Amino acid sequence: MTDLTRTMAAADVPDDLAIHNVSGNGVSRRGFLIGSAAAAATLMVGVYLPGKARAASAGMDPAFAPNAFVRVATDSTVTVIIKHIEFGQGPATGLSTLVADEMDADWSQIHAELAPANTAKYVNSLFGVQGTGGSTAMANSYSQMRKAGAAARTVLVQAAANRWQVEPGEITVSKGVIRHTASGQQTTFGEVASDAARLEVPQQPTLKTPDQFTLIGTDVPKLDSRPKSTGEQRFTQDLYPDNLVVATIVHPPRFGATVASVNDSKARKIAGVIAVRTVPMGVAVYAENTYAALRGRAAVEVQWNAANAETRSTVEMEKTYSEAAKKPGLNARNDGDVEQSLASADTVIEAEYFFPFLAHAPMETLDAVIQFKDGKVTAWAGTQIQTLDMGALAGVFGVDKANVTLYTEYAGGSFGRRAQPGGDFMAEAAMVTKALGSDRPVKLMWTRENDIQGGRYRPLAVHRLRGGIDKNGNITGWDQQIAVQSFMKGTAFESAMIKDGIDSSAVEGSRELPYAIANLRVGQHLMDNGVPTLWWRSVEHTHNAYANETFLDQLLEKAGKDPVDGRLALLGDSHPRYRGVLEEVAAMAGKAGPVPAGRERGVALHKSFNTYVAQIAEVSDNGNGEPRVNRIWCAVDCGVPVNPNVIRAQMEGGIGFGIGAVLYDAITLSDGGHVEQTNFDRYRSLRIHEMPDIEVSVIRSTEAPTGVGEPGTPPSGPAIANAWRRLTGHSVHRLPLVPVTA
Amino acid sequence: MAVNFTLNGKPVSADVDPETPLLWVIRDTFRLTGTKFGCGIAQCGACTVHLNGLTRRSCVTPVSQVGGGTVTTIEGLDGPEAKAIQDAWVDIDVPQCGFCQSGQVMSAIALLREIPKPSDENINQAMGGNICRCATYVRIRKAIHNAADTLASTAEG
Repeated sequence: MTDLTRTMAAADVPDDLAIHNVSGNGVSRRGFLIGSAAAAATLMVGVYLPGKARAASAGMDPAFAPNAFVRVATDSTVTVIIKHIEFGQGPATGLSTLVADEMDADWSQIHAELAPANTAKYVNSLFGVQGTGGSTAMANSYSQMRKAGAAARTVLVQAAANRWQVEPGEITVSKGVIRHTASGQQTTFGEVASDAARLEVPQQPTLKTPDQFTLIGTDVPKLDSRPKSTGEQRFTQDLYPDNLVVATIVHPPRFGATVASVNDSKARKIAGVIAVRTVPMGVAVYAENTYAALRGRAAVEVQWNAANAETRSTVEMEKTYSEAAKKPGLNARNDGDVEQSLASADTVIEAEYFFPFLAHAPMETLDAVIQFKDGKVTAWAGTQIQTLDMGALAGVFGVDKANVTLYTEYAGGSFGRRAQPGGDFMAEAAMVTKALGSDRPVKLMWTRENDIQGGRYRPLAVHRLRGGIDKNGNITGWDQQIAVQSFMKGTAFESAMIKDGIDSSAVEGSRELPYAIANLRVGQHLMDNGVPTLWWRSVEHTHNAYANETFLDQLLEKAGKDPVDGRLALLGDSHPRYRGVLEEVAAMAGKAGPVPAGRERGVALHKSFNTYVAQIAEVSDNGNGEPRVNRIWCAVDCGVPVNPNVIRAQMEGGIGFGIGAVLYDAITLSDGGHVEQTNFDRYRSLRIHEMPDIEVSVIRSTEAPTGVGEPGTPPSGPAIANAWRRLTGHSVHRLPLVPVTA
Repeated sequence: MAVNFTLNGKPVSADVDPETPLLWVIRDTFRLTGTKFGCGIAQCGACTVHLNGLTRRSCVTPVSQVGGGTVTTIEGLDGPEAKAIQDAWVDIDVPQCGFCQSGQVMSAIALLREIPKPSDENINQAMGGNICRCATYVRIRKAIHNAADTLASTAEG
């Protein structure tokens, strides 16, 4: 998603919702708190409200708000406005660190708050819309947030200088204390905030040099660890505004089917059920409480019209994709003469790879609270592309965007699922709300079955690879044909992502293969499919890296080359950052000593979203003929490491996410097109006893920082598969490694 | 018919359909939102609470089964194990998205109350029912060991 142009912005700029609305006015938001407080008084609550009250009040009296990202309260609380959604990847802490460092604030005075939808103020400069994805949060915020903090510091210092009648240059700031050493005077941000508010804010403040950083590059504690360990952290699921209606939805059992008729007589008899309504994407059930909404959902009888539905099984789809991949597709890259090189090679090996659909399955299912009252729309959701979700809300309710307020809530995971180019979930929630025809707030909550069967999967893909080795053991030819569906087509991102027929997402990581192979072709076959798909943590890097790195490993083995040295030789001298992580991870595994009996190691190297990651997996047989991943060593180069602790955490999590999918997961469609998995029982998630020990090394780079939310995932699968092949002799070309039993 | 039980140390009465899962009574009726809905079929553990001191998946527990019992949610935690676990969680920044962590914390506390110095295998057994899609498992394991060490040193001290 890094190639998205700015053209979107011009089309879709904005609704200027003043920043003070975030916590200041937020009448409804405060209403939530009051509602909760009332509940607390009459019931019991206790520990969870004070935290929320504090969170909401921080910065509610901003004495000094120099820009859209920083507010300083009279009690010296510094509230940093985070334009990127937080679902665990760390922007609340990471972006706050940039501001705090430039301000020379004390970390304990920092408070993070997620920005509402406001494209003008909070655009992602790499996308042209307000949104999070492609691991861009740090990359597109690094300068912006540092400037925001530096500007705040400059003005606070000037305010102190004016008060003391001294030169600003004589003043120092450390840990939130402003000092004039010569006169022995000192003050705090809060004490001069009101004065600062009357001064001009510099547009180009002086930034620190890296040697002056005090927080950037250190493991500052995450701001959200405490509330997320005590149950205090609020998510969309936890919103209970007064007079709430809970809604559930029944979706068609096949993609593309529509409602033919509904028998809601049983559902309506359930105590607490308010209404049943047909909406374009299914049948909504409304109730006074969640249990009634769930029972009503189970009781609704729907007849479906499958005339336009996708009815193929995944087995049939694979056959079609496989046929396509047998022929050369549209060239995404074509170096030298591949056919000639394969014809003259001493050894040619071929492999066909099958990659399944994958669900994201974030822990918090998709949900939103929406209220349409007096011509105004207010919505709360884990919105990941705010600009497009805002458009969806305005479109469904038929109001101007100026009458839509969309709050970004902390979200229980996403892995890509909440970033929707069509704003389709927000549109669904809006239609469900509108269909009730009430001014009560409506919370639409998907069940896990809605989620697992709801589409927007990582696309199914088939790769066909052929590789040639000459008599000296050199890899001379590489032909990779990728058959996959495009999820960019027909979306707002199409013009930016599809150029000359090549979907840069579909071929990402294969087109950019860094190895010196003189004859190298990557062909693309964009396949039609009625199953809606979407980016899934690391997007198409997941299957492309798997094919690249397992096939390369087989070629190197065939050529009698060491997997690390062989890769280094193919990288040559022109890829220092690839080399850096590969050499580092090899050293880490080397330090761990020889491979224990009954285990093998495999390596993989991949760059995604401009972050370089190398991993070595140590794998054994779990006793059932299935892989047990014992250890993973990981080296990552993401430029300046703003918070090494968060980077390590994202590598650990990205690896675990990758392992779970590669070992266990597939969404399959039966004959007729029904999804065969419904919940975590058959769409298996990695569990603690399946998690390897992980050691991460973060390269101390001085390059501009890049993202870490996704890049840990792609190398994990091929590293495991390479180890497994060396252990068992079995090359896995069909995922998952552990076959799914229907 | 109302179901009476003790919730976080206080007597409560829930006038709901007795088949209502405890999860929705906790959340919808009593507005204690730390306990989460994740799957509805006791597969993910996000809804884990303590019922009479033992972990229980509240999403599949009809409230009628709780009558007269004692329920503790993450909001009602108390005692040295709870403090040690939650401090350990914060100390090494276990949570990522955080949505499963209430359930993880509840399971971990129950483990330490039963086995003060758990082995890795004990941890696998006790925590295997709690899914974390962010895969924070490396840190969950470490935090449990750290909390056990803290409790041991406190006891010695």
